[in-house]
Amino acid sequence: MANLGPAHYAPYPVATYDGLLTPPEGKAMLLTDMVDEEVAMREVARVMLTSENATIFPGPQVLYAWSEEAKKKATLIKEMSEVLNAKMIPMYDYRPKYPKIDPEVEINPNHPNLTIWHNEIKACIFIGVHCHYANVALKIVRSETDCYTVGMCALSGHEDAMATIRDQHAEDLARFIEIAKEVKQELGK
Amino acid sequence: MSLRYMTPASKFKRYLPKDYVELVDYGPFGRKYSEVGVKNMGAYKELVEEHPMCSGCWMAYYIKIIFAALPNPEDTVTIGTAGCGRLAISQAAVPFIYGNYGDQNAMASGITRAFRLRFPDRQKDVITIAGDGGMMDIGFSMTMHAWFRRERFTTIMLDNEVYGNTGGQESGMSVEGAVLKMSPKGKNFGKMPAMQLAITAGCVYVVKMSPTNINKAAKAIRRAIFAARNLGPTFIHVYTSCNIEYSIPTPDVFKDAKEMEKGRFAFEEFMTPEAKELFAQIESKTKREVS
Ligand SMILES: Cc1ncc(C[n+]2csc(CCOP(=O)(O)OP(=O)(O)O)c2C)c(N)n1
Ligand code: SF4
Ligand SMILES: [Mg+2]
Repeated sequence: MANLGPAHYAPYPVATYDGLLTPPEGKAMLLTDMVDEEVAMREVARVMLTSENATIFPGPQVLYAWSEEAKKKATLIKEMSEVLNAKMIPMYDYRPKYPKIDPEVEINPNHPNLTIWHNEIKACIFIGVHCHYANVALKIVRSETDCYTVGMCALSGHEDAMATIRDQHAEDLARFIEIAKEVKQELGK
Repeated sequence: MSLRYMTPASKFKRYLPKDYVELVDYGPFGRKYSEVGVKNMGAYKELVEEHPMCSGCWMAYYIKIIFAALPNPEDTVTIGTAGCGRLAISQAAVPFIYGNYGDQNAMASGITRAFRLRFPDRQKDVITIAGDGGMMDIGFSMTMHAWFRRERFTTIMLDNEVYGNTGGQESGMSVEGAVLKMSPKGKNFGKMPAMQLAITAGCVYVVKMSPTNINKAAKAIRRAIFAARNLGPTFIHVYTSCNIEYSIPTPDVFKDAKEMEKGRFAFEEFMTPEAKELFAQIESKTKREVS
């Protein structure tokens, strides 16, 4: 069952209260440190490769074939999951699920902790989730679980993720995959 | 929505829950009405399957008809409010917007206009679906003003003649003398003339019915949607009994609806000459399109 996160059931935006902001262009955020993007990519790859039940949560912006960029990203994310030995659980619908979600196969932004608890996920990447739902989900995960969250964001990042890498487009994902392959080799995974 | 936004990227299809994939593969999106629609209910993946409404709830049954009748489900948005209906409407695989109690027609006015500006070359259908309390009591001014302004969307009132969701208060649509759990002294004024109000306020197509015949019910819904696209506001006033608050035994729900059809929910259909002409055109072109 649940391991309550460091913020416990905090009713306020914890990261912002802690003084965390999203990184400026060209930079990434690792916990409380502003770092170069490549440093963050290496660390994210390491965390994903060494944490139990690492999982990627693709959201609607990459799940559906609505643009050429989305299709390219879908292919890359699939490859990323293979390189990182990560499971894939989609966030395909933002509406609260009635009567209850099946946490084995889906994650919902209104109660993302259920999927994380059920699958005992210790590290995850959110990608292709619209900003406001990513914000909601990441806040809940931060306060209610001990899961290391990564926001791989096409826009300006998420302060509630433990690692946030911003402006991630198809070519950046391809670069991340190459870095992850190197880290994997170094770790002998 | 649009078809592009619901077709999975090929790499992800196998990760999506079975329910969703079946909706894409066997649902009504992008298919001809003659292949899906109310006549084929049960033979394809319907837009609303699970819902938490009471067993035998006639409103839940009618909501299934609404979704099966949609001419353009991939480009439809529904808007609703508090009340029993939203429990099923929000489970449909069609975007649903839920506002403050009674403001559905105000929201729909803005959304319909925004769609026309944002997607001038695409037809987006907007439908408000709410109870008698939401539509004719607390949302009354917003319902009426949307019609006066001739906003082009469809309004469907699920009339169970009571506030069902909050345990049985009388509404403006309850009949005179109605004794309900939370109106023990009996209502002391009559049922509001919703159909006449809609006609007076400028609706171009108005139907009142008890939906005992699903083809007839679907035809009215589709006509209302087609007319709202170009001509003006349309309104369907439909009897959707609350078997809980009116103590109708579940096996007798259909019988009650049949009786209502002979009484105050006898079928009535109003249309302007323009609407009549439009239906004649559409229905002669492709008879199956509407019926
Ligand atoms: C502003 C506001 N006032 C009151 C309520 C409480 N409320 C919830 S549902 C409802 C009445 C529902 O009646 P109706 O619209 O006829 O829907 P039904 O449940 O009968 O389908 C009320 C008063 C509310 N949600 N919001
Ligand atoms: S309370 Fe009445 S209207 Fe509401 S779900 Fe039950 S039967 Fe239907
Ligand atoms: Mg009601």
